Amino acid sequence: MFSFVVKRLAVAVPTLLLLIVISFLLMHAAPGGPFTQERALPPQVLANLEAKYGLDQPLWRQLVTYVWGIVAHFDFGPSFIYKDRTVNEIIAQGFPVTLTYGSVSFVVAVIVGVTLGVAAAIRHNSWLDYLAVGISIGAQVLPNFVMAPLLLLTFTWWLGWLPGGGWEDGQWQYMVMPVIALSTSYMASIARLTRASMLEVLTSNHIRTARAKGLPERHVILRHALKPALLPVLSYLGPAFVAMITGSVVVDFFFSTGGIGRAFVDSALNRDYAVMLGITILVGALTVLFNLVVDILYGWIDPKIRY
Amino acid sequence: MAIDASAMGRLAEGEVKGRSLWADARRRFFRNKAAVAGVVTLLLITLLALFGDALAQWSNEEIDFAVMGQAAQLGQPSIANGHYFGTDDLGRDLYSRTLQGTRISLMVGIVGSLIAVIVGTLYGAVSGYVGGRTDQIMMRIVDILLAVPFMFVVILLLVMFGRSLFMLFFGIGLMSWLNMARIVRGQTLSLKHKEYVEAAQATGVPTFTIILRHIVPNLVGIVAVYATLLVPEMILIESFISFLGLGVQEPLTSLGALISEGARTIYYGTTWQLLWPLAFFIATLFSFFFVGDGLRDALDPKDR
Repeated sequence: MFSFVVKRLAVAVPTLLLLIVISFLLMHAAPGGPFTQERALPPQVLANLEAKYGLDQPLWRQLVTYVWGIVAHFDFGPSFIYKDRTVNEIIAQGFPVTLTYGSVSFVVAVIVGVTLGVAAAIRHNSWLDYLAVGISIGAQVLPNFVMAPLLLLTFTWWLGWLPGGGWEDGQWQYMVMPVIALSTSYMASIARLTRASMLEVLTSNHIRTARAKGLPERHVILRHALKPALLPVLSYLGPAFVAMITGSVVVDFFFSTGGIGRAFVDSALNRDYAVMLGITILVGALTVLFNLVVDILYGWIDPKIRY
Repeated sequence: MAIDASAMGRLAEGEVKGRSLWADARRRFFRNKAAVAGVVTLLLITLLALFGDALAQWSNEEIDFAVMGQAAQLGQPSIANGHYFGTDDLGRDLYSRTLQGTRISLMVGIVGSLIAVIVGTLYGAVSGYVGGRTDQIMMRIVDILLAVPFMFVVILLLVMFGRSLFMLFFGIGLMSWLNMARIVRGQTLSLKHKEYVEAAQATGVPTFTIILRHIVPNLVGIVAVYATLLVPEMILIESFISFLGLGVQEPLTSLGALISEGARTIYYGTTWQLLWPLAFFIATLFSFFFVGDGLRDALDPKDR
């Protein structure tokens, strides 16, 4: 177990370094610098600016400084556009918000999705099954940037039940719509995956044995069938979690929640490369971390996997 | 020999036709009503997207000054003024814009999926067949790339190198082949110890020829299934990028761009601006999902 974790970490660390280096080089390969404007700056001003941000150094030195800043101090450097703010400050402002509604959406998607999938599999080919499959296909083709305005239209404009936007430190009224918009399509995928693998597990020998020895159906499902049926779902959770963070872009746009998605889009439109890089690397790190957790969980659930 | 001689005789005379794997699969596929409906819908949408312009009375960039700025009052769908699906706020005809958007979305989906098929199949087949250290290194690379948040990288690319159709395809192509490569590799591992592969090795066929002639053709089934399921995924990704305003540039548009515009303007009462593109979008995605599921059931007959 321990050596497995170490081995995975040995892959994760170079992955992250590679991500940082590639994104950094991409940024420098892009035509035009962060200070390219419609009206060209006087050369002296430009030189001073570049000196301030260290852009006059050779590329390898910039790269080393950047990577060292992240590794040693967790410092992503200053923003190129906002003169008195660092990338860290911008991330620290938006990230807790995104992490909050992202995690809630994730938990909702997993619980509802698994329940729906298991229910559909137990009542295979009944109306419940068809309903669950119908809902999950429908939810999969309705992207969150369509869900969000439809929710706003229904709950804020017509019914007037929920506030149309804002965050207010995550009070539940402000969280409902973002969570629904974010979780629906992943809930649907999880439901489909669970249903498919549950159907497969339910026909396997160990379930027949469990039934033959007269266990109550509830025990058969919860103790014997659920665990192996969740394996394929587990490997989907890594990408799903990352998608929740990516979906923040849409949620922040429609519900003005002020998460990290807002910061990313703003920086993309302002060409604030430092902030874009910082957020990309942060999300990459989260991906790696989450995949690691999933891998470890995988081994814990499935004893057939040897480290 | 007591084996049913008459049956052998009938077989020899061609009375009983053997069922090939493909004929079997075709039969299973056409029994699946949802999949057949999906194929028909897709055909109709493709035909409309390709030839529907002949019915349009306005091109996708022409501005109808009679309704410009008054889309909510005058822009609703009507046969009389030639705007079958209504207009947007600039007075552009939604019918021809929807068709044009459908073309782009289908193209993005199919190109993304094709890249995945070509690159992913070759990469996965080589990795799985060659095996050993090469396999480990090639799969490590895929693992590393899978950990990169590609949505952000595509946005990064589009912002840095400017929005263009090429960059969009490049960005989407970068990420689409990874899962395909893993699936193909898994399948190749189970194929490479089959007798016909050993026979080819024994007769001295070069490695790469074996991969192309003996491995790849036997992967067609699984590749077809995943390619079909990839198309809607690619369309969804493109629509997300278009939603951010980083997709194709005006006057060109895509279904994602149209939907996000419709969603933003729905408060003004121009519901048709959301509903028409959304209908095309949902019909296309639904059909691809159904066809993909149908193909999987037909080619990989496990009870799901």
